Amino acid sequence: MFDSVYAQLVGLCTGALLLTSALMVWRHTLLASIRLLSAQGLSLAALVAVIGVQENEVELLFVALLIIATKGVGLPWVLAHETEAGARAIKEAPRLNPTASLLIVTILTILSYIVMSQLIGLGTSVTSHAAPIGLAMVLIGFLLLISRRRARSQLIGFLLLDNGIATVAFLTSGGVPILLEFAVSLDVLLVVVILYVFAGRMRNKFGGTDVDQLRELHD
Amino acid sequence: MEFALWTPLVGPLVLAVLSLALGSSPARRFLGLASSVVVLASGVLLVTAVMNDQVPTAGGGMLRADALSAYMLTVVGAVGLISTWGGLKTAADSRGQSAGIFEALISLFLAAMSLAVLADSIGLMWAAIEATTITTAFLVGHHRTRSSLEAAWKYVILGSVGVAIALLGIVLIYAASRETETPTLSWLLLSQADLPLDPALITAGGALAVLGFATKSGLAPMHSWLPDAHSQAPAPVSGLMSGVLLAVALYAILRIQTITNLVIGPDFLRTMLSIGGLLSLAIAASLLIRQVDYKRMLAYSSIEHMGLMALGVAIGPAALPAVLLYMLGHGLIKATLFVISGRILHIEGTPVIANVRALLARRPGLAVPWLVAMAALVGFPPFSIFFSEVGIIMAGWAEGMGLVVMIALFLLLVIFAGLTRLTMGMVLGSPAPVAEVASATGSIPSGSTQSITTIRTGSGDETLLVRDFSTHGPILPIILALAVTASVAFIAHPIGDLLERAVAVLGGTN
Repeated sequence: MFDSVYAQLVGLCTGALLLTSALMVWRHTLLASIRLLSAQGLSLAALVAVIGVQENEVELLFVALLIIATKGVGLPWVLAHETEAGARAIKEAPRLNPTASLLIVTILTILSYIVMSQLIGLGTSVTSHAAPIGLAMVLIGFLLLISRRRARSQLIGFLLLDNGIATVAFLTSGGVPILLEFAVSLDVLLVVVILYVFAGRMRNKFGGTDVDQLRELHD
Repeated sequence: MEFALWTPLVGPLVLAVLSLALGSSPARRFLGLASSVVVLASGVLLVTAVMNDQVPTAGGGMLRADALSAYMLTVVGAVGLISTWGGLKTAADSRGQSAGIFEALISLFLAAMSLAVLADSIGLMWAAIEATTITTAFLVGHHRTRSSLEAAWKYVILGSVGVAIALLGIVLIYAASRETETPTLSWLLLSQADLPLDPALITAGGALAVLGFATKSGLAPMHSWLPDAHSQAPAPVSGLMSGVLLAVALYAILRIQTITNLVIGPDFLRTMLSIGGLLSLAIAASLLIRQVDYKRMLAYSSIEHMGLMALGVAIGPAALPAVLLYMLGHGLIKATLFVISGRILHIEGTPVIANVRALLARRPGLAVPWLVAMAALVGFPPFSIFFSEVGIIMAGWAEGMGLVVMIALFLLLVIFAGLTRLTMGMVLGSPAPVAEVASATGSIPSGSTQSITTIRTGSGDETLLVRDFSTHGPILPIILALAVTASVAFIAHPIGDLLERAVAVLGGTN
């Protein structure tokens, strides 16, 4: 019974992951990006849960809960914390216009399908068929990192990159060992907190969080 | 001997908690130093165990000390000792809350580095290396100036994105091991020759992992965080980052290389690392010629030495003993130089080379160790960097990488000339006339004026500068580091034996 819907559920979850990634590139307000990030975290957790049920691995269900706690609730809460009112006002002035960036997203997605089919061969298994989505998310995360000017929008790019890596991990190998999963989650959480603190200091020192102002050190 | 696997992890952690808990006790400033001593002692204990043909393991196989791990742990401890001892704060400086956090972060950094070299799982090794980004982020931004904030931001973004790429690579390596009965990230299991690992996944995974760790070890073209972070961080932190962090990232590359070599042969990573190494040398050479800041000069010199080490890794087993010795020599010398540069910066109040003149005439106490250490850095014998460089170049020649080695040699000559000119500019020359000295010291804010005393001689306008023989901090660590690097290349037993065993580990024979 579950087998018949399994492929559809995996497709649904990975589709949601790709859609949220593309929307993050398209939307420019910080608050919208944070909400999309939260939705993406929940989709990732759903994907892990679906794989867990299919493979009969209880461990993966715990990982799904961990992902809900960190990526779905924790990180977005840290990002949106105290700036709920401010975030609405913060508008990104990206280096690329929306049409161009969406076009690049399409190209990156096609590219990751080509690369992944070379790498693991898009076999018959449901998960390996969906694996290119993870790579596409990594590449879209890079795009955000490069094209965004505000410190906190860069942070969102970093988190998208991390979600992409997690997606690749779950789709190609059913996730990494649980101890490593914990360590990775903790590391990412701490990096985000640190960058968040630095963004705050930047606002105090520079009067804004435009990373283009970071031009003092060079050779 | 299993406890020696736990002490370098637990000891610094306890000391970190202690430095936060101790309030403003004067003993607090010694805690970073104490962590280094713990790590170094554990390293020496593990080395003796390894030399007696033991391989201590602990934590259900998560921690493991083969010859390479034991050697690396000793390097971490030794470089840590020189950096923390040489950069010991004065009692006055170590008051206040930020000093406690500083010592705590140093201890945590050392614990994370120890975990990175002792972990048998490449996943755990990854997590530990990423943890060093976290602990050093605030250390780089410690001064809270505009430029240190900029350096810290760039460092964290580039460092964590680079390490994230390495994670993607590790995930793919894990996926490659799915074909075997038990998927594993254990380095010991992955480096067994008869494992049916998928070559395409290992190629992609290995390439991404090496690319990610190369970012962390400061290889071009992903090096741009390094000069900023090294020049803005406090001196002991720069020494630790340059001597330990870069070397441990290279250690990660060595471990990954062993896995890929077994599955796809050495050619692929050899090409990648050769390009990275030569590019690093070229960038260091071009930016060292016209460098104006002496801390940035040291940072670019780190890029140079990491580039040459990467070439050694590319060449393979024949060059590896030289590379391992290089890590120790470069770490000790660079830590010494950063410590002295911190003292020069504190006394002279300027990081600009052109403003620090006639150091030998004015402050021989700082100039003499600076000169000796710079001589060691540019590769004068009897210091071990010379023997490492010669070893790598000879091995490259023997392996048929003559062209690569020739280009490297040419770039090394350019760097040698550049570094010599910059050092001479700082050290030689006659002291400025008293009027200039007065105006120069007048612009320095923090109580450094009292150390320059000018005496007017009775009759004429002729003035004398009193020579400042003070070393402005502990001299013993500097002497120790120079003595060790000068003698270590001549000790066949146990150093030579240990290096051979460590290389045997990487050859998959142990």
